[in-house]
Amino acid sequence: MFGPTKRQWCIAAVLCVLMALAALPARAALDPALVQGLGGDFNARVAAIDALGVAGGDEAAALLDALEGGRLGTVDGRLVVIAPDGLRDATSGEALAADAGAATRITVNNRLRRAIGTARAALALSSAQPAQRLAAADTLRENASPALLPVLARALAAEQDDAVRAVLRYATAKLELASPDPALRLKAAQALGGSSDAAVKNLLAALLEKRGDGAAATWVEADAEVRAAAAASMRAIDRRIGLAQTAGTLFSGLSLGSILLLAALGLAITYGVMGVINMAHGELLMVGAYATFLVQGAFRSHLPEYLDLYVLAAIPAAFLAAALVGIAMERLVLRHLYGRPLESLLATWGLSLVLIQAARVLFGPQNLELANPSWMSGGVELAGGVVLPYNRIVILGFAAFVLVLIWLMMQKTRLGMFVRAVTQNRPMAGCVGVPTARVDTLAFAIGSGVAGLGGLALSQIANVGPAMGTGYIVDAFMVVVLGGVGQLAGAVWAALGLGIVAKFLEGWAGAVVAKILVLVFIIAFIQKRPQGIFALKGRFADS
Amino acid sequence: MRTPFTLRLFQSMPRGGWIALAIFAAVAWIGVPVAHLALPESHPLHVFAYTVSLLGKILCYMVVAVAMDLIWGYAGILSLGHGLFFALGGYAFGMYLMRQIGRDGSYGAELPDFMVFLDWKELPWYWAGSDSLLWALFLVVALPGLVAFVFGWFAFRSRIKGVYFSIITQALTYAAMLLFFRNETGFGGNNGFTDFKRILGYDITSPGMRVTLFALSAALLIACLVLGRYLVTSRFGRVLAAIRDAESRVMFIGYNPLHYKLFMWTLSAMLCGLAGALYVPQVGIINPSEMSPANSIEIAVWVAVGGRGTLVGAVLGAGIVNLAKSVFTVYLPEYWPFVLGFLFIVVTLYLPDGVVGLWRKLRARRAAAALDDASAAAGAGLSAAIGGAPAEVPATERQAARSTADTPIAKGANA
Repeated sequence: MFGPTKRQWCIAAVLCVLMALAALPARAALDPALVQGLGGDFNARVAAIDALGVAGGDEAAALLDALEGGRLGTVDGRLVVIAPDGLRDATSGEALAADAGAATRITVNNRLRRAIGTARAALALSSAQPAQRLAAADTLRENASPALLPVLARALAAEQDDAVRAVLRYATAKLELASPDPALRLKAAQALGGSSDAAVKNLLAALLEKRGDGAAATWVEADAEVRAAAAASMRAIDRRIGLAQTAGTLFSGLSLGSILLLAALGLAITYGVMGVINMAHGELLMVGAYATFLVQGAFRSHLPEYLDLYVLAAIPAAFLAAALVGIAMERLVLRHLYGRPLESLLATWGLSLVLIQAARVLFGPQNLELANPSWMSGGVELAGGVVLPYNRIVILGFAAFVLVLIWLMMQKTRLGMFVRAVTQNRPMAGCVGVPTARVDTLAFAIGSGVAGLGGLALSQIANVGPAMGTGYIVDAFMVVVLGGVGQLAGAVWAALGLGIVAKFLEGWAGAVVAKILVLVFIIAFIQKRPQGIFALKGRFADS
Repeated sequence: MRTPFTLRLFQSMPRGGWIALAIFAAVAWIGVPVAHLALPESHPLHVFAYTVSLLGKILCYMVVAVAMDLIWGYAGILSLGHGLFFALGGYAFGMYLMRQIGRDGSYGAELPDFMVFLDWKELPWYWAGSDSLLWALFLVVALPGLVAFVFGWFAFRSRIKGVYFSIITQALTYAAMLLFFRNETGFGGNNGFTDFKRILGYDITSPGMRVTLFALSAALLIACLVLGRYLVTSRFGRVLAAIRDAESRVMFIGYNPLHYKLFMWTLSAMLCGLAGALYVPQVGIINPSEMSPANSIEIAVWVAVGGRGTLVGAVLGAGIVNLAKSVFTVYLPEYWPFVLGFLFIVVTLYLPDGVVGLWRKLRARRAAAALDDASAAAGAGLSAAIGGAPAEVPATERQAARSTADTPIAKGANA
């Protein structure tokens, strides 16, 4: 790329005047003076091409096409279009008598081609399609020449689309920062402070560097005032990007927390009610995810037109599949191990091995990737390239929805009351007539079902594989341990807190170290409060 | 007058036990070496190199199982992190083995290959002294011991027990695994240590070295059994079992369970470290996957299969499960997880006292059938000669899991 020379700035100034003239009502034909440069040397040609871009209009576009196609030539200093049926004047379009062979074709080199592309982009800024305008603005932001400043100003004034405006503003400021006029540079440096683009920051940072070595070094930007403005703008951009990144980290923390919550909610119920550590809980997530996969397959083959809705249909399917597996586990194994928590732990570990291997045999060892429905793909873009994906937002809402359902179930229904009673004091609950055995089964089914829903959520953001549950089980346990046994509120705080803390630590120390720090923190925390954040209140005699 | 130590040691095991140990020692120290080194390969009694290594590996696992049984079976503390101590011992010795490679690595450099690969210029500080066998042996014991002591001190002081303790130990080994997976930790990351060449200058792949390592493993197992047997029959062992069955009562009598648990816990970790150190040269590799929670929990199933609360059971369990694993992974690798999984379930559901418990039950039944009900008591006496303290399932574990230090009296006793 060539930096604009003084000469080009002069041309630009002249062209601005010309453009003002050209913008007058009569624009049927191009001003001959405007295009005359095309017949001159390469510098003159580039200036003329830029002028065409500024002038705009169909004629300008047609002329650029002709130039690029090598159909433009000169006859006695007059610019002509070489058409198959003879020569025509380039500006007025009138047919000329001269023979086609008499014209000297204007050769086009790469520099001219680039100028033509830029001019085309300038023309495309007035396109009706936002996508085309965006593409044009992107081109301009890389190679606009100072001559195009007026076009940018005009487009900026008319542009409605925020994305295009941001690019245009960047392109303008970039040109202005290179202007020989310190006042213009100052204005640009100040205006750029309103941006939140990392690229703009780099642009400003380049001004604050020194050229050359040692004592002979000179500032890239000579004017101290402009440098100060640039530094201030950089700080403003940093602040804004930092804010957006913090918001993004907070969001991904909440997102991780919502997944942990879905995994831990079921665990909190089963652990609370039965005092059983279900090591196969992660595999219930896996069951839910595979159920989702099967529902997707069914939709794909039978109801392809409703494929986008498969996720909704998978909600009951994932819940039921996991709940059924859970009931089977409770009835066949856990029921016989009540009062022996360490043995239950081993037995459920065995169950998890069996379930993982069963999934491997049934579905194959490879990971399956589920397609997001179209309404869940994409995302909201914040400043500085931070994107909040829709699927994570949906999962956040879904987790909240499940939480509310569970809360209602626990607080407002008879079953919920029984579950709470058994959690607090099993023998007493039994004495006053709570069917504890049935409550156990139902609570286990619900807890497992919620895990299945967690698997459904997980299938939308991660790969589905036989061992997918094992990665979450330790974290889910940590949530339960941290939150306090059988405490929904504790599980919520612990899950979201852990998620956010983990994500912030991740940004600061890397994923693995963050994970280790979180585990160490939990181990330390348990020292202080062995019963978690929210301990059950009551008279619980120790062994 | 106190009984002399040697006599107490001798009395701690019935005569049958000593005879069994003597036979085992004779096979491991004379039988296998002769069969491997002296007999030609064509001889039907020749023991192949593969078999020696496999058996040596299983002997190490048996040591781990005994260590696990000491803390789980006799103190009621289920650790799901014993793989960590095993791996720490392995890594500590692995450092020495890496230094013994010298300039024979694929880069021909003074530093271990993975450090050259990471473009490190010198050994990290914690590798200092790793070229000395004595220092390595010290680390093998001290490192797992220190980790276990610090962790146990905090955990037992807060009276964390039951499933809480199990889950936290699992988190501990999980965290350590993640740490060791990092290249920057300085232990070879993913690949760990491998490609060992020699110990004390002797070729590690030579038959002599193989047999030596095997005999050392056997010696370690014998020492473990004798020591374990001595501990569990001593007064210390009785207090420990009492803590397992009713911790609060033991505290009310005036004992502080912290010291008892912490001692056994640390000792158990050290034994695991030793086993790990012998395991690594026989297997030829150590990597962070040894620390995965799955490995640690498998140790628990060895003990459960054999019968927890009996040292013989732990040895038997480790042997049975690992032999089965070796057979299955060769012939039916697909089905091994099923077998292992069902083993977990079946043993916990139907064999709460493991193989040894089953054996005792059958013996008792046969004795009762053969004689009259009067001789049933004799059967019980016989069975005591085989195993040791009867394994009881603490009925109060459940409440212990629910709430730990809640009673004011218990808190006062703790303070």
